[in-house]
Amino acid sequence: MSTNTNTIISLPDQSTARIPKTNFITKENGLLSWLLTGDHKRIAILYLISITFFFFIGGALAGLIRLELLTPQSDLMATDTYNKVFTMHGVIMIFLFLVPSVPATLGNFFIPMMLGAKDLALPKINLLSWYLYVAGGILVIYTMVSGGVDTGWTFTTPLSTHYVNTNVLTTGLAIFIAGFSSIFTGLNFIVTIHKMRCPGMTWFRMPLFVWAHYAASILMVLGTPVLAIAVVLVALERTVGIGVFDPTKGGDPLLFQHLFWFYSHPAVYIMILPGMGVISETISTFSRKRVFGYTAVAFSSVAIAVFGFFVWAHHMFIMGISNYAMLVFSLLTMLVAVPSAIKIFNWTFTLYRGSITFETPMLYSFGFMGLFTIGGLTGVFLGTSGTDIHLTETYFIVAHFHFVMVGGMLMAFLAGIHFWWPKMTGRMYPEKISQLAAVVTFIGFNFTFFPQFILGMLGMPRRYAAYPPEFQVLNVFSTAGATILGVGYLLPILYLTWSLKYGEIAGDNPWQATGLEWQTQSPPLTENFVVTPIMDHEAYDYEWLDQQKAKEVASVG
Amino acid sequence: MSDSTAIAHEAHHEHPPYQRHHFETVEQQADATNFAMWLFLLTEIMFFGGLFTAYLIYRNWYYPAFVAASHQLDIRWGTANTAVLISSSFTMAMGVWCSETRRKSGLVLCLVLTFLLGLVFLGIKTIEYSEKIEKHHVPGFHYSLNSFLNPDSDEAAKAAGDKPLPLDMARHTELYFFLYFAMTGMHALHMIIGIAILGYMIFRARAGAYTTGHVTFVENFGLYWHFVDIVWIFLFPLLYLISRHAN
Repeated sequence: MSTNTNTIISLPDQSTARIPKTNFITKENGLLSWLLTGDHKRIAILYLISITFFFFIGGALAGLIRLELLTPQSDLMATDTYNKVFTMHGVIMIFLFLVPSVPATLGNFFIPMMLGAKDLALPKINLLSWYLYVAGGILVIYTMVSGGVDTGWTFTTPLSTHYVNTNVLTTGLAIFIAGFSSIFTGLNFIVTIHKMRCPGMTWFRMPLFVWAHYAASILMVLGTPVLAIAVVLVALERTVGIGVFDPTKGGDPLLFQHLFWFYSHPAVYIMILPGMGVISETISTFSRKRVFGYTAVAFSSVAIAVFGFFVWAHHMFIMGISNYAMLVFSLLTMLVAVPSAIKIFNWTFTLYRGSITFETPMLYSFGFMGLFTIGGLTGVFLGTSGTDIHLTETYFIVAHFHFVMVGGMLMAFLAGIHFWWPKMTGRMYPEKISQLAAVVTFIGFNFTFFPQFILGMLGMPRRYAAYPPEFQVLNVFSTAGATILGVGYLLPILYLTWSLKYGEIAGDNPWQATGLEWQTQSPPLTENFVVTPIMDHEAYDYEWLDQQKAKEVASVG
Repeated sequence: MSDSTAIAHEAHHEHPPYQRHHFETVEQQADATNFAMWLFLLTEIMFFGGLFTAYLIYRNWYYPAFVAASHQLDIRWGTANTAVLISSSFTMAMGVWCSETRRKSGLVLCLVLTFLLGLVFLGIKTIEYSEKIEKHHVPGFHYSLNSFLNPDSDEAAKAAGDKPLPLDMARHTELYFFLYFAMTGMHALHMIIGIAILGYMIFRARAGAYTTGHVTFVENFGLYWHFVDIVWIFLFPLLYLISRHAN
């Protein structure tokens, strides 16, 4: 590989290189040493395993949805089963995969390392948050085997409180518990970023990955409790009949919408911001340039977090909010496009005149930039109240959301997993097949979700098991694409598992990246660094890295 | 603890036993945990915020119902409970001070007093709740509109000079009582959790755990206790006071 000039990968001599004998994985053995650990890196691995598990359950449900929609009739499953399948798909993917995906795995692992700290500020709370996540996950599985729930992941009242007889309560409890897991993760990150930075690590020397997580953490800490209270009220309305969402008693179902979307709109930024953090790291590393407009990108994360709290009612344009509210929320919604565009433009300018190489993380990052841009722009269509009234509750929404979340976030997650895999495991993943997987994912994704934009424009509603026959061609396209996409997701799990044993030894810094996490052994020590590092340079300073290397060579020579 | 951390510890200067290995200094540890507690309280504010929002909206919509329903609360019990809670905050603050100045018996005394005052608060709340149950003012359980349709038949309503409410407005008193129970209930739940932790702390304080210079836990619990107190400081006027003389 090192002879290839089209790559920046520089690996140690494979005949002599060894994985360091002492590292966070080998330090202690036995299941209990993992289940009772306080080490942020081990907790990150626990999270990685559990979210992958739930991702594949959610993915299987998505496969069932696409199979059902292959034909216009509802034939694979009964219509109410279909309702349960898409509900469980949404609940699992959002609360058990997307929300914790990057923060709880990569964030957990790398934020302390990027800051030069030994651990997150509150290791026990970190472990607690994993247990809460698992408890929430088990409850969701219990819900699924004991009959499922069919309200859609939005739990819209009065459907969820008065009409359905499925497991709303256990799902609500699961979300409540998983929500606290997310609150504790966010809280831990904020405290760590404020109080645990190493000497010299000023706010504007932090990697943008950390800034993105800081912004997402603000949303987790301020938004999630509102979801918690909304879920509690739904539970009380269902069991006791308190009337707060019940119009016959003077309550207002719209209040639920306000409370729910006050969290659930910021929640999509909880999901996407950490992904944007990943992209900042990969784009810089694989174009050998400091991120263009570092400060602007850092503040755009915070701006997304702040604006994100003032746009929730755009989910309610057809639900009877006033025209003035529509006007204001429509305008505020479009404001979010500004910081998002700042990011995309700055990444593009980073690429400009950079020495770009096309390793797998970079391919996924390109996928992110393209698909997120489409997803973001169609968001403007939906934020415009006039077009929203035509497009809402159609497949256009489904496509928009999946472009942002699957095309954006999942691509970013995979970019991050590949990018930091050598650091986490000490071994490289196989490059060629992973590049193939990235391309397959991109193609499969577009085949799956692009037809859904057209379906939505033509008026095919979401959440129905049957549809008029004229929509079949596009649905067949979509289902075929989903098959390709499925292959794209199965490949990484296979070759990444393979690489745990057979991958090439990665060495400390295979990408020649500048972050502090790359200046220590891979896999890292439990304490992360032998001595507390001192940050004496700006983030993404490739000249500093070259000087370090020159020094090393001089001292060895 | 394994060998390598022990070595890492020896390599540094001496640490007090309560310093966790990943912090550089005790100050950093205290700083970080305090900050975390403040953030946690922020999430609590957002949690209660949902209920406060619901209260404000429905109070605006169904003003006469909320006024009449609030007359059913006994202001004497409410005032007494406010006094009890403020005193408990005082004893808690004294406890933090005792912990900082390493007065073990003083700390135990303060924690016991706080514990008892917390129980008194819950006791008074129980009396108030049982009054509501007797009058069928618990939403969802045989809720009775009698006090609002025939205020003359009800002592509290009569004393406040309530006029009979039309049926559709009277029905909305149920929403008031739901919010009353939800808000005070959620508050009481926080009190119960606090009292449980206090019990544990009394036990630990007697063993001398908090008077050796490691005050963070007592301090942070103090913050929690004051927060629960402050929630009540908002609940008391909203539920009991602001409709006192309105009709």
